[in-house]
Amino acid sequence: MTFNRRAFIGTAAAAMTLSAPMVRAASHGKPRVVIVGGGAGGATAARYIAKDSEGEIDVLLIEPTKTYYTCFFSNLVIGGFRTIDSIAHSYGTLASEYGVNVVHDWAVGVDRDARTVALAGGGSVPYDKLILSPGIDFVDGAVPGWDVTAQNAMPHAYKAGSQTALLKAQVEAMPEGGTFVMVAPPNPFRCPPGPYERISMVAHALKQTNPTAKIIIADPKANFSKQGLFEEGWEQHYAGMITRIGPDFGGQNVTVNPAEMTVDIDGEVIKADACNVIPAQKAGRIAELAGVTEGNWAPVNPTDMSSKADPDIYVLGDAAAQGDMPKSGFSANSQAKVCANAVRGALTGSRVFPAKYANTCWSLIATDDGVKVGAAYEPTAEKIASVDSFISQNDEDAATRKTTYQESLGWYDGITTDMFG
Amino acid sequence: MRTRSRLAALALALCPAQGAGAQDLGDAARGETLFRHCKACHQVGQGARDRVGPHLNNLFGRRAGAHEGFRYSKDMMRAASGGLEWHADTLHIYIENPKNLVSGTRMSFDGLPDARDRADLLAYLRRFSADPSDIPEADPTATGTDHTVDPEILAIVGDPEYGEYLSSECTTCHRADGGDSGIPSITLWPEEDFVIAMHAYKNQYRAHPVMRMIAGRLSDDEIAALAAYFGSLDQ
Ligand SMILES: Cc1cc2nc3c(=O)[nH]c(=O)nc-3n(C[C@H](O)[C@H](O)[C@H](O)COP(=O)(O)OP(=O)(O)OC[C@H]3O[C@@H](n4cnc5c(N)ncnc54)[C@H](O)[C@@H]3O)c2cc1C
Repeated sequence: MTFNRRAFIGTAAAAMTLSAPMVRAASHGKPRVVIVGGGAGGATAARYIAKDSEGEIDVLLIEPTKTYYTCFFSNLVIGGFRTIDSIAHSYGTLASEYGVNVVHDWAVGVDRDARTVALAGGGSVPYDKLILSPGIDFVDGAVPGWDVTAQNAMPHAYKAGSQTALLKAQVEAMPEGGTFVMVAPPNPFRCPPGPYERISMVAHALKQTNPTAKIIIADPKANFSKQGLFEEGWEQHYAGMITRIGPDFGGQNVTVNPAEMTVDIDGEVIKADACNVIPAQKAGRIAELAGVTEGNWAPVNPTDMSSKADPDIYVLGDAAAQGDMPKSGFSANSQAKVCANAVRGALTGSRVFPAKYANTCWSLIATDDGVKVGAAYEPTAEKIASVDSFISQNDEDAATRKTTYQESLGWYDGITTDMFG
Repeated sequence: MRTRSRLAALALALCPAQGAGAQDLGDAARGETLFRHCKACHQVGQGARDRVGPHLNNLFGRRAGAHEGFRYSKDMMRAASGGLEWHADTLHIYIENPKNLVSGTRMSFDGLPDARDRADLLAYLRRFSADPSDIPEADPTATGTDHTVDPEILAIVGDPEYGEYLSSECTTCHRADGGDSGIPSITLWPEEDFVIAMHAYKNQYRAHPVMRMIAGRLSDDEIAALAAYFGSLDQ
């Protein structure tokens, strides 16, 4: 079903003159696309290229995990509206129905001259076009006192799966009247409303079992996504429970001590019973290793998501610096479809159509209280630019909010089918 | 949804000669005259009430046997629990010969053997189904015309290949398999209705903000391209 390492090494050994195990993609007879990362961007790109090229292109997807837990709806797991199993997806259909060659391994390097990707398990795979959609990594030292070794004491839960389950368990284990602290990230980061939807879901969970508990947010940003909607909802559903400390009051000046479970916010030390640290973010490390990043992110051309550093590499989703689109699953999926059309055109001469991008982010504030924000985007000379947008209104009636929530359930089914088949 | 696609397949098996009945919009004025066959038992329109048969307002998209307060036959309830829903395709089969679909139905009606008659009658009944002000509330096969579109725009012949590419934007939310939880299905939608609905969003007549945004930046040719692609799927 997947890449066969023995066969591969055999081929490489036969190519005696090559010092490293490299095989030009051309020797396969078919053009080959290698995709790193099987998330919102990578899985969608793999499915569309494989589906639309009808076997003309070899699609190889490198993804270390066998089960992908969507970050979208992971906050709803914490709130008790979804189970963790309901956000788990496998790559089985991509392999069996679409013929995508799924390799469960880490990509650890890219040789852009030879056009190969090195794998952690040894060997490397050749490509004609490479698509990187590795999501995010955290900026080292962003929150003093925290690094990934502290992620069990103070989970980030910003990559879904065991981290989500851990944070949920820690919220449930809080003593009566205990304190939950969130250290929110600076811009730009994955899912702008994500931390605040999470606060809503933690508040919802605590309200059921621990209504005297307190929630504190230390936030380096003056404003945040859907702020008016969230603040109105918090007042309505969780009055008195949530305190946000913004930059006016030192919300950016935070040090944590995971061993002691304390958080120092601008000199005031708080004892936390559960603490969610969401550090500053950057492109998944493989983008940097491939040499396509500038600063923390990988700049791309707005028309097709190709890297500004290398025309044979495309960068999708959170890792890309593209302009106005938020780092969301919807955006990554939208970008992947534009990229798939361009890559197929470049490799097989199929028609290439103009890029159109869109995003909508739904968030749940409380039971049946859903809100949304969205925009349409188009490429301009410098960036992907927002052309039209909308947002839920503050005083909508309950029926509208419920419809919005139900719509988000439909969207979840839609996008995960669009990603995984 | 599984039931629904099985029924769609059944529709093709039962009426091989008439083509895609669900696509055929028919002539509502003629349909109104044909409704005389139904009038003895059914009412439709403002103030319609249940008689021997249930009233037929908001029929499209309704689950069979689900109209509150009406006593259905056992067989109808069985079909309902199997997932039968009233859409253009299932209604076509039912009124051709009710016993074909629900063998023990109490509806004593010989059926309309002529496909044209059925299409006309359904075109008439569609007028009394959910006001298609917004996709989420209306069954896609029920949507009538809520505003007019310049006939020149309606006449544009779309490029289905471009439409296929554009349709990938739809499938982020609308499931290609016709699943319709939370977000409505857009499969089996009559082509002309689709074009009219998209222009209604584009011109801000319909309310849904996401659809206004998506349709708002589609050109007339792009809407035609989408219609051509979706139309090619139904064949
Ligand atoms: C709490 C939370 C809530 C969210 N809610 C929403 C929402 O409601 N709506 C929405 O649209 N978005 C939401 N998002 C954002 C969304 O999850 C991301 O924007 C989206 O997943 C980005 O897609 P991606 O392809 O860039 O990265 P990912 O989906 O993260 O995929 C990256 C994949 O790459 C793999 N990978 C990384 N490095 C390597 C390597 N070296 N080799 C091989 N594989 C590698 C990883 O294992 C991973 O599977 C949310 C995020 C969070 C954290």
